[in-house]
Amino acid sequence: MTIKDIQNEIIDEFSMFDDWMQRYEYMIELGKSLPLIDDQYKTDDNIIKGCQSKVWVHAEMKDDNVVFTADSDAIITKGIIAILIRVFSNQTPQAIIEADTAFIDEIGLKEHLSPTRANGLVSMIKQIKMYAIAYQTQVK
Amino acid sequence: MLDVTAIRKDFPILSRKVNGKPLIYLDNAATSQTPQQVIDVIVDYYSNYNANIHRGVHTLSQEATDKYEAARHTIQKHFNAEKAHEIIFTSGTTHSINLVSNGFASLLKKDDEVIVSALEHHSNIVPWQMLCEKTGATLKVIPMNEEGELVMSDYSALLSNKTKLVFVNHISNALGTINPIKDIIEKAHNVGAAVLIDGAQACPHVKPDVQKLDVDFYVASAHKMCGPTGVGILYGKEEWLNKLPPYQGGGEMIAEVTFEKTTYADLPHKFEAGTPNICGGIAFGAAIDYMNTIGFNNIAAYENELLAYATKKLLEIEGLRIYGPDASGSKNKTSVISFNVGAIHPYDIGSIVDKLGIAVRTGHHCAQPIMDFYNIPGTVRASFAFYNTFEEVDTFVDALKKAVQMLS
Ligand SMILES: Cc1ncc(COP(=O)(O)O)c(C=O)c1O
Repeated sequence: MTIKDIQNEIIDEFSMFDDWMQRYEYMIELGKSLPLIDDQYKTDDNIIKGCQSKVWVHAEMKDDNVVFTADSDAIITKGIIAILIRVFSNQTPQAIIEADTAFIDEIGLKEHLSPTRANGLVSMIKQIKMYAIAYQTQVK
Repeated sequence: MLDVTAIRKDFPILSRKVNGKPLIYLDNAATSQTPQQVIDVIVDYYSNYNANIHRGVHTLSQEATDKYEAARHTIQKHFNAEKAHEIIFTSGTTHSINLVSNGFASLLKKDDEVIVSALEHHSNIVPWQMLCEKTGATLKVIPMNEEGELVMSDYSALLSNKTKLVFVNHISNALGTINPIKDIIEKAHNVGAAVLIDGAQACPHVKPDVQKLDVDFYVASAHKMCGPTGVGILYGKEEWLNKLPPYQGGGEMIAEVTFEKTTYADLPHKFEAGTPNICGGIAFGAAIDYMNTIGFNNIAAYENELLAYATKKLLEIEGLRIYGPDASGSKNKTSVISFNVGAIHPYDIGSIVDKLGIAVRTGHHCAQPIMDFYNIPGTVRASFAFYNTFEEVDTFVDALKKAVQMLS
């Protein structure tokens, strides 16, 4: 699936929720259930320190695609990470570079991607793009 | 007793909604809300007499200057400073501290020692670290204990004739601890050291008497005491302010300028280069008048009750731990409750209660050393003001229970 397809799928899923509480409960479930990163990658090198929560991101190339794993110490942040990974992981560097994150607004989670939240997510997206750019240069 | 219902009518913001719910504002330790009486002063300034001060012969300039200087007198009286020119207008606590720390760069030498406490806001740590880097002086730290109090016996041991300066907050922003500043000042003076007290968190709750305290420098921000952002004060004893060199060069702070030499203006203008936050200074005076009308004794008595009530209600939540002094709500802390529930991350709690219209602070509260001491990423901090109600505490506790239920 393309990044756009996945984003649309997520928007569809979220449209079934009636209110913020259901959305949050879903994200909290995502945050709780997924092992998102191998412990060996939860290193200081991979850490993004937000003022509010910490985020770890690890990337590697598998068959022309970038595979991301990530984690956070806060559950809601982790839930959003799960969504971001579903969107960006296993895509080509080019697709990742070209993608945007406007779908986050549509699923009502915009406030968590505001730089003033300082939860590490904005930096995480930047980091995801940087990895993609780095791998893109390698591919060429 | 306070008529809180009437007081709340003074604050237009308190009737707004957040995420469809009535706002419950429990982030007063970060910034307090502004009463109509202060908003009116701000509007009046820009509507009627906005002009630059101390420089014009025209009527508006004269009116603005008079009001600005009247505000300085109000502040002088409030803090019981001996002289009006011992009150320097700044952009806030951070600016005030930097003004002093910069001044001390020319007064300190290698091997001098300065003492900070483990309970400080980053604003009262970083400028002094920079000062030590510049001068080669050594930074010593008064440790804290598990109850969030300073270990005073260790403080005594740190003091020596090498100590030149001690800087401690009056009240901790992260925990609400009221520090024994009278004792701290006395002991420092016994070895000939000067003392700066960061009063940012104290001034919304108590009325400090700088002469009785015999403090050398006392700093505060208007925005934590019902005034506007971007304005604050440095109180300094005249002899100290005369010793310190000017902080910034520019207009207003000079007596005479030639390309060979400039002579500086007298206090307070020596430290007030450039056009200040005129409206802010005047509104700061109005904010202090407003708080004094309500009365600091009334404020403290009411807030103490609110604190005791909130503490009791919060402790009914399983796994909730309050950080700082006497969790049962003693007189030794102000109306700040810093807590965590089990292993739940403060960010998660903050995000959910925000959805329910409640503003609390989460994170390290610019006091990372305290969080490191407790080995936690941060806390949720609810800080109450005299316009908060017991019903709001109930709603907050219910929202918190909801958040905990969703997150565990
Ligand atoms: C104890 C303490 N010191 C200093 C500051 C900094 O104040 P300002 O940001 O107004 O300069 C604060 C504000 O949070 C504080 O609580």
